[in-house]
Amino acid sequence: MRYKPLVIYLFISSIFLTLVGSIWKIMATLQGLKLTEINFNINFLLALLLSLSLVFIGNKINHLFKILVLPLIFTFIYIAINESAPIWYNVGILLISLFFTNRVKNYNLNYLKEDFVSEKIVFDFLSLFAIVFFAFIILFPFYLMFVTSFKLQAALLYNPLDLSIDFTKNISDQFKSYLVIFKTYDFGRYILTSSIVSIGTVIITLIFAIPAAYAVARLNFFGKTFLSTSILIIYMFPAIVLVIPLYTVFSQLGLRNSIEGLLIVYTATTLPVAIYMLQGYFKSIPKEIEDAGLMDGQNWFGIIIKIIIPLSLPAIASVALYVFMIAWNEFLFSLMFLDNPKSFTLSRAINHLTGDAETPRQYLMAGSVVVTLPILLIFVYFEKYLVSGLTAGSVKG
Amino acid sequence: MNDTLSKIEKRTAYTLLLPAVFLVFAIVLFPIFANVWISFKEVQLKDIRIPEPRAKKIVKSIPGDNTKLKIVYRLRNSSLIEDINNIKFSDNLPRNIEPVNLDSRCEFKSKKIKCDFGNWEAKYRENFEIVIQNINNNVINKNTIKSQKPKLSGDADNILLTSKFTLKNFKQVFSENEFLDLLLTTFYFTFFGTIGAIIFGMFAAQLVNQKFYGRTFMRSILLFPYVGPVVALAYTWTLLLDPNSGTLNALLVNFGIIDKPINLLGQKYITLNLLGFDIKLRLALTTVIMFEIWRYFPLAFLFILARLQAVPKDLYEAAEVDGAGPLRKFINITLPQITAILSILFMIRFIWNFNKFEDIFLLTGGASGTRTLPINVYQQGFAVSNIGMGSAVSIVIVMLLIIFMIIYFKLIGKRANEI
Repeated sequence: MRYKPLVIYLFISSIFLTLVGSIWKIMATLQGLKLTEINFNINFLLALLLSLSLVFIGNKINHLFKILVLPLIFTFIYIAINESAPIWYNVGILLISLFFTNRVKNYNLNYLKEDFVSEKIVFDFLSLFAIVFFAFIILFPFYLMFVTSFKLQAALLYNPLDLSIDFTKNISDQFKSYLVIFKTYDFGRYILTSSIVSIGTVIITLIFAIPAAYAVARLNFFGKTFLSTSILIIYMFPAIVLVIPLYTVFSQLGLRNSIEGLLIVYTATTLPVAIYMLQGYFKSIPKEIEDAGLMDGQNWFGIIIKIIIPLSLPAIASVALYVFMIAWNEFLFSLMFLDNPKSFTLSRAINHLTGDAETPRQYLMAGSVVVTLPILLIFVYFEKYLVSGLTAGSVKG
Repeated sequence: MNDTLSKIEKRTAYTLLLPAVFLVFAIVLFPIFANVWISFKEVQLKDIRIPEPRAKKIVKSIPGDNTKLKIVYRLRNSSLIEDINNIKFSDNLPRNIEPVNLDSRCEFKSKKIKCDFGNWEAKYRENFEIVIQNINNNVINKNTIKSQKPKLSGDADNILLTSKFTLKNFKQVFSENEFLDLLLTTFYFTFFGTIGAIIFGMFAAQLVNQKFYGRTFMRSILLFPYVGPVVALAYTWTLLLDPNSGTLNALLVNFGIIDKPINLLGQKYITLNLLGFDIKLRLALTTVIMFEIWRYFPLAFLFILARLQAVPKDLYEAAEVDGAGPLRKFINITLPQITAILSILFMIRFIWNFNKFEDIFLLTGGASGTRTLPINVYQQGFAVSNIGMGSAVSIVIVMLLIIFMIIYFKLIGKRANEI
């Protein structure tokens, strides 16, 4: 009998079950349940008991029977020793323990004698827990943002733990924050401005970047190596060191508070990375195709339009989405250059909302949902392209 | 023949490059050099408007005589610090109307009043009056007079273009007591933010590299924090961490983990008791670093995952045959395979985090011990309104960046393209 794997198994699996149970309890609390005790120790003991019986029963009885009965017993004891809770909460506990027993159904005393079994157990439960953990920490803020936009300031101040949405309200009450930000705070205009600025940036950047990237990728000219290195270096200089001179010059030229000003700055700051990404892709296009084009009497312009662009559409899509994301999310320049509400972008408008301490937070969060949702949808829909854009754009640039 | 071809090629290359290069020069490179210039000047935010002569025209009727009107021009120098020289003034009058007893600085010619006001010192103000009358003794329409706007012109120095320089800004930047603290805060933030993001990214990548149900979904949502707009995410976090009505504090208090809410973003230090030792922790800074890690570990995740997927599977199979467990496989196969990408990631993320402005600005505004160099640029330039100082801090950032980049290119610059 090897005790080390057994002890590790018992410890890790019980910790896992208890932690997942606690997360479930936290989530239930956030739906308005009045639970105040985590009871970590006692629930850990209970989980330990379950793990112990599971491994000792092993294959002695039918799997299905084991998987069904043990969680039921576990749940009943759990209900008995924890605070009383509604049925849906306890069903959740039952499902968690069902999942758990199903997961460890093959564990028995013989299995624990295999090589490296303790490491495998640790890795197994660690990755299971990591899935729950990462999903929780990533999605929770988004969930909070979404839910808050449907709640009332007073309700949140009264009980910050109750994040449930009241579905009994009628539609116009439910979406009141959204109606208010569009009617009172003019968010329709900001969405339009943000869209114009972002799409405009994408188009202008591509118009400038494609020829430049082609020149860097294909043509020979004096200063080529210098240029390709400086593209990288320039990309590393942050917006914050450009902001003061640009602010002074833009003030004197009257370019502040104008969409043109933003377009110029966004285009210039995304150009280096766009050129960098595109030229890498252009280099991978076989040169013979272009030579054929040259033979047919095409000039450089024709080659770019008729050969290069059609062949590199995926790369162009990546660059376009990446640039769109940067422009849509950009905050520093819009903070600096825009102080007239007429020319605000979405990010700037949300920042402006916080300037007034009286603004209820559900409006702030409704605004946040409005700015976040489009970019997340675009990301989910075009994930493949955006991921390759991100990959090329951020480490190399 | 070949010679001309290469000439054409060169010319084409320059034509294709010119627009992009010009734009980047104007908007990115020029400001970096302009910073050097501005940092040696004593410039306040309010000085950057070019001084101009201004006139506000007020038309008054003269009681008892409606064939005459009095025009008052409120003249002023818009600048509080700069003189304006050689000021010329002109205003049109309608037909049949002429000024009475015109000021000696002015003359009236072909329906136009022209004045030469000479020089105005800073803050100059004057109420300049003209009485006008209709030659035919008719009533003058007040509105036609009002609608005509006077024109003014003058020569003024643009404070940004004068040749007055000072070292004051740099002296102030370095002699400030807080400069060392500022630098330390910046490095603390940068270092831990980078390391944390890489460690989290590594775990996430290791996780997604396995097969499990919902893996693609997991891969998508792992990138959410990076893809979402910083404004929305930062405000959501502020709400989550709020001491009075934030969910996190409410949860911790509810489950009895803490006695009373902690102001995670507004408290500079917290004393933790760990194993009998009192440890003083920079609380707000740590929270901001947490946000930073949360927001940027997806990038580390993405790169490490890409690298992990390129590790040949037979390496692991061979290790299994040799009797290696999961831990050994990770240490002896995975880690050596990803060290190169880890070091590149570290350097790049270090440089990017060093420049990070928005995240801190939106969460704390640089208060409670979270003031880093980029935040200081903003505060000096726009909160204290000292443009010169802001530029001087920018120069410090640029200098440090150049040092980092030299290190980066010396160490891994060449290899970066291969990975």
